[in-house]
Amino acid sequence: MKVKGKVFVYPDNVDTDVIIPARYLNSSDGKELAAHCMEDIDSDFSSKVKKGDIIVAGSNFGCGSSREHAPLSIKASGISCVIAKDFARIFYRNAINIGLPILECPEAAAQCEQGDTLEINFELGEIVNISKNKVYHTFAFPDFLQNIIQSGGLMNTIKTEVEKK
Amino acid sequence: MSKTMTQKIIAAHCQKDDIYPGEIVMAKVDLVLGNDITSPIAIREFENSGGKEVFDREKIALIMDHFTPNKDIKAARQCLEVRNFVKGYGIKHFFDVGEMGIEHALLPEKGLVKSGDLVIGADSHTCTYGALGAFSTGVGSTDMAYAMSTGKVWLRIPSALKFILKNHVQGWVSGKDVILSIIGMLGVSGARYKSMEFDGDLSSLSMDDRFCIANMAIEAGAKNGIFSIDEKTMEYERERGNKTNEYKADTDAEYESIFEIDLAQIRPTVAFPHLPDNTRPVDEAGEIPIDQVVIGSCTNGRLEDLAIAAKILKGNKVDKNCRVIVIPATQKIYLDAIEKGFISTFIESGCAVSTPTCGPCLGGHMGILAQGEKAVATTNRNFVGRMGHIKSEVYLASPAVAAATAIAGKLVSPERIGIRNEG
Ligand code: SF4
Repeated sequence: MKVKGKVFVYPDNVDTDVIIPARYLNSSDGKELAAHCMEDIDSDFSSKVKKGDIIVAGSNFGCGSSREHAPLSIKASGISCVIAKDFARIFYRNAINIGLPILECPEAAAQCEQGDTLEINFELGEIVNISKNKVYHTFAFPDFLQNIIQSGGLMNTIKTEVEKK
Repeated sequence: MSKTMTQKIIAAHCQKDDIYPGEIVMAKVDLVLGNDITSPIAIREFENSGGKEVFDREKIALIMDHFTPNKDIKAARQCLEVRNFVKGYGIKHFFDVGEMGIEHALLPEKGLVKSGDLVIGADSHTCTYGALGAFSTGVGSTDMAYAMSTGKVWLRIPSALKFILKNHVQGWVSGKDVILSIIGMLGVSGARYKSMEFDGDLSSLSMDDRFCIANMAIEAGAKNGIFSIDEKTMEYERERGNKTNEYKADTDAEYESIFEIDLAQIRPTVAFPHLPDNTRPVDEAGEIPIDQVVIGSCTNGRLEDLAIAAKILKGNKVDKNCRVIVIPATQKIYLDAIEKGFISTFIESGCAVSTPTCGPCLGGHMGILAQGEKAVATTNRNFVGRMGHIKSEVYLASPAVAAATAIAGKLVSPERIGIRNEG
């Protein structure tokens, strides 16, 4: 799988309260959530973001609450991948479980700038920064997690099991 | 392989003896938790995947605590979805308005979580039950849906940090000051993916202190916080008719770091905006006028927390420029606080007292801040916009500091306004 898009850069410790503020948690509809995604850190994100764009952030991205509304709102915004130096653990599992591609890549996190165009090849674990003419490499996920991502999320892995029964 | 306490509990729940940090396993859960915000997504996922039956209707707990009593029509709709699910699938442990409490105070109180259990919850502060010597961790709604369906969760085996506690806390210092100073030392991602295991001399920490400490392990990024078991744990479990199921860390278990914490050295501590690791002793806070004080939440809304606040507020009035909101974490705590006279004390001193709810803790309702306002809260997060406007501020503190602040109208310790803790 390959994706390509423009970069939105964010700092360390982007928490789930700024990704999707609690005042909007009375809904779990992707579209509604996407309209408020990143609102408290980047007020016009939802109007700027285009399908395929990529978030590149520092360390501990997604710290805070367990709200799946956070990766859901990012996915529904059209973001094709989140790259960070590293992720907070609940955000990490939530993103995998709902099939939002994420990559840990300290090199890309340090070097990418706002507006850069990236192309990502997930099979190769390769991030190409077209604007800077650079290539960054990341580790592939363990097989178990690959399987979840390839099935399109954790629940799809049981769907297949339920159908088999 | 020798194991930490956490690794032992996980190993027992996936019937594997040999596990190593970083390995991913499928483990059996003893309880799955969800609330009014996270359950609706999980329920939809569960139903979309073709789920016809839950794995065990007695091992799921659903608690309506965040936006309840329903704060608006959309919140009401979410609770309704959960109620319908509960009826449809015969879920046994459902707690709605009238008998609910904040989930992480309620489940231990009811004895629904026990030592040795493996508990997951679609709420990040599920790590609270580590106080009882359980492995419990926060997950998302999809994990919750998967566990409701299969009774299982995927887990990466964590490495661990060990905290050996020494000596006893002094004066007004409580569990909150202990965990705030530890988070200040580690940083908000200092324990990322890891367990925090607490051992050593636990005798000066009550169960309520331990719940508060384990509750905030996530604020250092930890997967879980867990306490060794002692006489206090056993008594707590006995009172609830539970038998203690002890897993001891191997004496040669590997820890990434071992910290010795001298409890006697810890001073009343505050986390300044906008991260829980931005800590300093309250006596070095300077002059900070405060508009609102919130005493409550899954961190510090328990009976002992209210007892401390009442002791400080008794015979005093809250500052004219400061709004004070007290929220007992469960109905039982509320009732006990009435019987002990704490609620009268709060009302006489000028506080508002609310039915249990998460409410202002997450900027939901019941105490939202305007632009430029500052609050001292006994809650666990002070992120940008956490309690309202993005230009408002939250200072995290213990119930003692919060109560003293309520009287002074500025951030202070009880000692600073001449109130000593004489036992
Ligand atoms: S009291 Fe606050 S931290 Fe605790 S469960 Fe409720 S919203 Fe979450």
